[in-house]
Amino acid sequence: MNVALFIPCFVNELYPHVAMATAELLEGYGLNVDYPLAQSCCGQPLSNNGDSQGACDAARRFTGVFKDYDYIVSPSGSCTAYVKHHYPWYIADDADFQAMQPRVYEIVEFLQDVLKVDRLPKPVYFPHPVSIHQSCHGLRELGHAAPSELMIPYHSRLERILQLVDGVDVRLPERRDECCGFGGTFSVDEPEVSVAMGEDRVAQHEATGAEYIVGADPSCLMHMGGIIRHHGKAIRPLHIVEILTGRGGAA
Amino acid sequence: MKNDNIKHAAAAAAFLQDREQARWHDSAIWWVRQKRDAQAKQLPEWEQLRALAQQIKAHTLSRLDEYLEQFQRNAEANGVTVHWAADAAEHNRIVHGILAAAGVKKLVKSKSMLTEECGLNPYLEQRGIAVIDTDLGERIVQLRHEPPSHIVMPAIHLKKEHISELFHKELGTEAGNNDPTYLTHAARANLREHFLSAGAGLTGVNFAIAETGGVVVCTNEGNADLGTALPAIHIASMGLEKIVPRLEHLGVFTRLLARSAIGSPITTYTSHFQQARPGGQMHIVIVDNGRSDILGSDDFYQSLRCIRCGACMNTCPVYRRSTGHSYSYIIPGPIGSTLGPSRDIKKHGSMAFACTTCGSCSNVCPVKINLHEQLILQRKRAFDAGTLKAAKKMGLLAMRFLTRHPSLMDAGGKLMRKVVPIVPQALTQHSAWSRPGRELPQMPAQSFKEMWQARKENKQ
Repeated sequence: MNVALFIPCFVNELYPHVAMATAELLEGYGLNVDYPLAQSCCGQPLSNNGDSQGACDAARRFTGVFKDYDYIVSPSGSCTAYVKHHYPWYIADDADFQAMQPRVYEIVEFLQDVLKVDRLPKPVYFPHPVSIHQSCHGLRELGHAAPSELMIPYHSRLERILQLVDGVDVRLPERRDECCGFGGTFSVDEPEVSVAMGEDRVAQHEATGAEYIVGADPSCLMHMGGIIRHHGKAIRPLHIVEILTGRGGAA
Repeated sequence: MKNDNIKHAAAAAAFLQDREQARWHDSAIWWVRQKRDAQAKQLPEWEQLRALAQQIKAHTLSRLDEYLEQFQRNAEANGVTVHWAADAAEHNRIVHGILAAAGVKKLVKSKSMLTEECGLNPYLEQRGIAVIDTDLGERIVQLRHEPPSHIVMPAIHLKKEHISELFHKELGTEAGNNDPTYLTHAARANLREHFLSAGAGLTGVNFAIAETGGVVVCTNEGNADLGTALPAIHIASMGLEKIVPRLEHLGVFTRLLARSAIGSPITTYTSHFQQARPGGQMHIVIVDNGRSDILGSDDFYQSLRCIRCGACMNTCPVYRRSTGHSYSYIIPGPIGSTLGPSRDIKKHGSMAFACTTCGSCSNVCPVKINLHEQLILQRKRAFDAGTLKAAKKMGLLAMRFLTRHPSLMDAGGKLMRKVVPIVPQALTQHSAWSRPGRELPQMPAQSFKEMWQARKENKQ
């Protein structure tokens, strides 16, 4: 099985250890992991600002880079959701995209739905309270959990995968899935609202008594991390793959 | 009337200056969202109801012309006069014409976002007709000379202290008496006089039933009923998308409406108006005002399914932290941020950017409008209409270029990682990222690509 890492542009530059943990996790399950060097941005910032020409070019480019792999796996729910569910706005008729689309996965989805894992590559002991951050696109576009608005049976991929970790104490914040306020370029278009939302979100995670905010989207963690550092708070954002590879708390 | 030059980002930043008031606003509205959840949870068929409502509205919109004509025939058979208004100006002329012909000097109105959309109040006031809003929240914002900040709870941005001050000034209540019951009774006594002396009553319409030619108005205060029962003339103004085909469809919507809007199983009054009372007149004004254009749009026709419950506002984390007054269009929040730009992309385009695309609105919507996607699609129109700021457009074009040239993107990323750590904080602290209280991420020494390539070489 050939798995391509789809590492979002800002993760490549700012969170290389998250990308590396993703690679190691997949390799830990015996997969042949490649990182196509020609990849760049998936185009979500262009689409979110109405640049359909730029978004269309980026979608075609992405498809060309990744189409020949068995699976395309990413540690970002938002970027994955964008490729899977919004590329059809621009290149719905592209046969290569149509063939690739079902093989694009966010890492937790991939572990649970494709590999169907029931253990971690190496046993992990993480004796800390963590507060789950459900990122919006993973939640509402990929179905990472049951969104609080929908009257459907409760489930949560992050809670389920954390059952494979020894000692972890999983908690949920008040307003279990409210947006952190990042929103891509929204964070700089409307910085005051963005930060107000982030401050509220961080406070709700803190109120659980957790030491870490755990999520599957580096962008939300970056935003909350910036607010946490500004206020010198003790709670730390952590990507789920960092816990699953036993690196949690080290970085 | 609303100042449509408002830019959301600036208005929201101003609102957030008073963090305590802003937190109160957020909590007050979140409480309504929680009430909605509690009510929705009690119906095992909630999601089926939403799907059914979506389908009924989708079907109706696909044959809107037929249902509107059927509605007109049946209403006229009931003795109702049906008027058609292509736009706001025609709506206002028609209403004024009806009032002028009967020599009406005072009109009592129950809540109608359509008349806000059309600017009916100032139009009539300029022509010597007094207009009294009779919904308590609407009356409060009318006395304050400001637009409603929410479509269901027009005065949700105000605390009881504000109301007490206003009523002391306008209605002569005791200074400093903030008791809600006392204040409500004062408003009620004042409104009674207006109900008794008005020459006509105007209501909005929640649902118009093609099969019967009747209209349905849902309120919690009974003001629509008083306003139509006392004066001899009843005018009902409706957007042309308010139609449902049959009476049996109504239950699907009334079950969803109040639960979604305020977390109640049903509104206190669900009033059916079928014909004028003996000796009276009943008029229905069917208004287009841009709706046919939306109906013709592949991307936005779904927004016409809206039943104006306001649930998307209550769940919107941006709305709750910015108030309805930060939006340029008369309807704020997610639904307003697609309807406003649909009406005028140059004026209201910035509303489409007042959104993190979290998608909560699309999930609470009782008729399943793809709201957050519509906002992104409105941004395409804003981009194409050239309404983006020059700096932003430049940034996007640069991003477009870099996306095609990963080696340049890598070089740029490397430069950022090397430079940001040595730049004095004084230079970055005024950036849009850092200004409101957010640090830049720590810059790692290597990118993942560099780490990956080094790892590969080590392995070989």
